[in-house]
Amino acid sequence: MLINDGVPTKEDLEKVFPSEERMAKGPVSVIECFQKIPCNPCVKACPRGAIDIGCDINNVPSLDDAKCNGCGICILRCPGLAIFVVDKSCSKEFAIVKIPFEYIPLPEKGQLACGLDREGKELGWFEVTQVISGGGTNMTHAIALKVPQELAMEVRNIKVGGYK
Amino acid sequence: MIKEIEILIIGAGPAGLSAALSASSLGAKVLLCERDELPGGQLVKQTHKFFGSEKQHAGTRGFHIGKMLLDSANSDPNIEIWTDTTVLGIYPDGVITCEHDGRHCKIKPQRTIIATGAAEKFLTFPGNDLPGIYGAGAVQTLMNVGGIKPAERVLMVGAGNIGLIVSYQLKQADVEVAAVIEATPRIGGYLVHASKIRRAGIPIKTCYTILEAYGTDKLEGAKIAKIDANWQPIAGTEEDVKCDVICLAVGLTPLSELCWQAGCKMAFVRELSGHVPYVDSNLETSVPGLYCAGDVGGIEEASAAMVEGRLAGFSAAGSLGYGEGTAAAKQEEARAELTALRSGPMGEKIRLGQQKVAEMGSVK
Repeated sequence: MLINDGVPTKEDLEKVFPSEERMAKGPVSVIECFQKIPCNPCVKACPRGAIDIGCDINNVPSLDDAKCNGCGICILRCPGLAIFVVDKSCSKEFAIVKIPFEYIPLPEKGQLACGLDREGKELGWFEVTQVISGGGTNMTHAIALKVPQELAMEVRNIKVGGYK
Repeated sequence: MIKEIEILIIGAGPAGLSAALSASSLGAKVLLCERDELPGGQLVKQTHKFFGSEKQHAGTRGFHIGKMLLDSANSDPNIEIWTDTTVLGIYPDGVITCEHDGRHCKIKPQRTIIATGAAEKFLTFPGNDLPGIYGAGAVQTLMNVGGIKPAERVLMVGAGNIGLIVSYQLKQADVEVAAVIEATPRIGGYLVHASKIRRAGIPIKTCYTILEAYGTDKLEGAKIAKIDANWQPIAGTEEDVKCDVICLAVGLTPLSELCWQAGCKMAFVRELSGHVPYVDSNLETSVPGLYCAGDVGGIEEASAAMVEGRLAGFSAAGSLGYGEGTAAAKQEEARAELTALRSGPMGEKIRLGQQKVAEMGSVK
């Protein structure tokens, strides 16, 4: 359980996953933020006003996935590194998953990186399709990975170094 | 010679720097005394992005916030900063002594804000005196201030925010974290931090304690075990963890010695992690003209420390007649921010602690 091992359960995740229908339409944010803590930068990060936490700064964010276009700005701005973008619309076989990343070395576009799940278990080698810098003082990167569709909701990190 | 000043602030961490800036913004002259050679307190080693709201610089990394506050203070003609300065005593005649520039100096402030922060707690277990056993703060200083890789393989004790964040920073510095162990059944820190280190492959073991540390000349490993509901080790659950550093992140306690010395009304408040002074809604203690801000009044996040600093700064400057007509509104704004930060489930301990502090006020 999340509270005693840091890994969200299937039930936790189901609450925040966008519908399959929405994911098939194009890129969309997946906000894996489950605990009420005083935090709200995601609300201002979204240029389309798709993220809302209401009037209490302790509320967990909710996503209006009709407004979200999966731009990924929120990935770079969430202090908890809890936001990902999933795009299942690009092909039948593959999906693009964008994950926040704050380690060195960075992988390069075109390299293969070892994908990890929410427990840090290795899921295989996936092509890095994009490396996006948060810039200047932000210092977070978003790494886009091409993964099999069935792993789109599993891959949430990459192993540092050893890219091929 | 006695240095006379309107407001003396003791400690240039997030609370002290914020207090200095807010007091100065109303026109007060401030002297900020800092024990370390570098102002900024714990902010200088906080490499993660802060939580909270924009008003507390949410989304900005701690060390960037520290630099921003310090740059503002350095370029402020109302603020003088003495580094390498340890405040030694607060006397009944209002004189405060310190060691500054290798000399014993006297300061006579009209108002004083104590923002001395907190100290790390230690843990008792066999072998805890072996070289290689550190507080999490020391490991952070080595890594993030000194640029030194502190270990090859670490056992982290404590899954509060500090234990989780320092584990993440260790991983960023290419140090292996064998596990984070936590004696309670729940992760105390923010779960987003916990999830972040889990997907980096670091296990978090709740209901685990450290039985002993071992090694010949220095730390070589530790024995850990699962504990039952009565906090007793369960036979057969012992595990051996090879590590060259054990990092203790088992909580902080307020550095309130100066409050004791000044004669503040004090009490032990478990929820605030130690002995804390009574403060009113302006953060003024029972000693008139003496204020407290930040962790010295109870252990909390740095975001709250900055807002408390601002509140104490406005209160102290306002009481000297500065900001007539505006100080009260600014104080109220800071109080509202604190209420918002503390209103969620993570603020429950603080709310309980503050209730006890308020009750202290009615005790003679």
